[in-house]
Amino acid sequence: MVSTTSRPKIAVWKFASCDGCQLSLLDCEDELLAVADRVQIAYFLEATRATIDGPYDLSIVEGSITTEHDAERIKTIRALSRHLITIGACATAGGVQALRNYSDIDDYLGIVYATPAYISTLATSTPISAHVQVDFELRGCPIDKHQLLEVLTAFLGQRRPNIAGHSVCVECKLRGNVCVLVAGGTPCLGPITHAGCGALCPTYARGCYGCFGPAEDPNPASLSAQLDRLGVDRVDLIRMLGTFNTGAEPFRAESQRLMTEASSP
Amino acid sequence: MNERPDSDRTITVAALARVEGEGAMHVVVRDGKVQQVQLRIYEPPRFFEAFLRGRAYTEPPDITARICGICPIAYQMSACNAIEAACGVTVDGPIADLRRLLYCGEWIESHTLHVYLLHAPDFLGYDGAIELATAHRDLVQRGLDLKKIGNQLVELIGGRAIHPVNVRIGGFYKMPTEAELRAFAPRLELARDLALQTVQWVAGFDFPDHEWPGELAALRYPGEYPITRGRLVSTMGLDIGPEEFDQHIVEEHVEHSTALHARIIERGAYLLGPLARFALNYDELSTVARDAAAAAGLAPGERNPFRSIVVRAVEILYACDEALAIIDRYRQPDRPAVEVHPRAAVGFGWTEAPRGMLWHRYKLDEQGSILTARIVPPTSQNQAGIERDLFHFVEEHLDLDDDELRHRAEQVIRSYDPCISCATHFLDLTVDRT
Repeated sequence: MVSTTSRPKIAVWKFASCDGCQLSLLDCEDELLAVADRVQIAYFLEATRATIDGPYDLSIVEGSITTEHDAERIKTIRALSRHLITIGACATAGGVQALRNYSDIDDYLGIVYATPAYISTLATSTPISAHVQVDFELRGCPIDKHQLLEVLTAFLGQRRPNIAGHSVCVECKLRGNVCVLVAGGTPCLGPITHAGCGALCPTYARGCYGCFGPAEDPNPASLSAQLDRLGVDRVDLIRMLGTFNTGAEPFRAESQRLMTEASSP
Repeated sequence: MNERPDSDRTITVAALARVEGEGAMHVVVRDGKVQQVQLRIYEPPRFFEAFLRGRAYTEPPDITARICGICPIAYQMSACNAIEAACGVTVDGPIADLRRLLYCGEWIESHTLHVYLLHAPDFLGYDGAIELATAHRDLVQRGLDLKKIGNQLVELIGGRAIHPVNVRIGGFYKMPTEAELRAFAPRLELARDLALQTVQWVAGFDFPDHEWPGELAALRYPGEYPITRGRLVSTMGLDIGPEEFDQHIVEEHVEHSTALHARIIERGAYLLGPLARFALNYDELSTVARDAAAAAGLAPGERNPFRSIVVRAVEILYACDEALAIIDRYRQPDRPAVEVHPRAAVGFGWTEAPRGMLWHRYKLDEQGSILTARIVPPTSQNQAGIERDLFHFVEEHLDLDDDELRHRAEQVIRSYDPCISCATHFLDLTVDRT
């Protein structure tokens, strides 16, 4: 074990989320104890009640900003952190809870809570990068634990993470999958979705549902046209784009365009 | 800080550790009497029931999984049960068996996470499993090995451990072959050995004398330990189907929580989860699990919430045994799913999440768009019971100083394995003795 003083201090922070992305760290069953030997876990409430005060060498942030209090808390965390990375669709795009951004929040409160006055919440769910400078965004709903280990190793080694920005289509080719869209006629967001899952859904005989968010330089309008030709209902396409990464700009802009088209004569 | 406890004090834990999600505890003592105990859940609300409106009937398994990264399969399965019920479809045979097998993987992974990483450090005097590993690396590694096999089972059937992709209304997208499942059996046999060692290990912990005096409720289905179906029965005679839930249980919105509190009408707080399942379904455990429970000193009359760690270990053992039994009889069906056509109807469904019964209700229109959705997770059902138990515990232990009382009260809360991400919809303990 490296001595305590030279081991980098890592903190794990949670905002609005399902806990799944930080759980990915505890799911590194083969690597967890080795990682813990090389770093100081200074703040990770899901794993330990012991905490060490900042500053931190690396903050790992899960979840989106949905309250005034959290909008302030992330600024404090940023100020205490040498590097700050965000993990998962909530932290990088606002998550599925960003569906509220397109509705009246008072209606939402009334549907779920009998006494909305007890609840304090913002009208929007926004990614961490909308509030503070972020050094790296790792995508996925949930993230892939092997990619998380790569990002951690890279930051601890002071190098850029080696995370490819291409689409799920490339991963399908690498796995040798038959295309579910072209050959099977199944609606699939693979052509515009960021790689990282290993093309899981097509491997399981279903279309990609976009949980890793947009790939680099996606062309959503071209995919919409292709899905139109397949006879996919516009409402279904808007639903596909508007789920776990509904707040990610290329997905948001394309569903907006489709909605505008649908409402104009 | 061993000052004599005053007759008036406030004890607070501002952020509970080793629970899933964000919560706090607040205890107020006045004139030497406990006045108020609150398990505060401040995890920000995410409004799933609101944005499910207008979505397609096929979407809740993927969407509601995102309520909880620890028990996504519970959400997927309760959603499927409710929507299939609305559409008048019953899924049985190998597809139902495979659902149960997938769910066994989640029980193994979630219970092992709680036993080794969240709960055991309390009994052994460590802040967490990482600290425990510095002294007992082999023990923590055993837990990680067992958890990994649970996750691998979920990955094999579902595609990935968190938010699996292979579940759909009516069944699955792709069924595994018999050979794929058979090849996994040796790992489950190893897991069963590790689980038995886990039961023996945790049975030797020191447990404070403490008893939950109230009602326990769990699903029950003839011939099987409850996971994927059943009627809700209780130690006080409740016996209802999922469509009757609303008539017997009310949810109340209280000021200190973004989770809603559930109560059985006329009787009040009740508890779900391992202790309740064990009390009400002891006779349905497999022989291996029942023998291990008996050797660990557990009987169906067990009411000490601290000993729920032993029950959880027994349920891990059961889940390994049951998974092996399912694999042994599995025959790959011709089709991975039954067809489910939407209709205008209301459907109710529930299953036993690792933390207790999880209820879903959906109202659909004839095209299958969701008109309304309601989801009642186990932690929000347990929250009133946990507070009631905490009240008695603090009352019995007012002789302790604030730090010790705070630490012990945190342990009471952790013994219930609250999942705050689910209920909010966590934990910070404040003890206010003025």
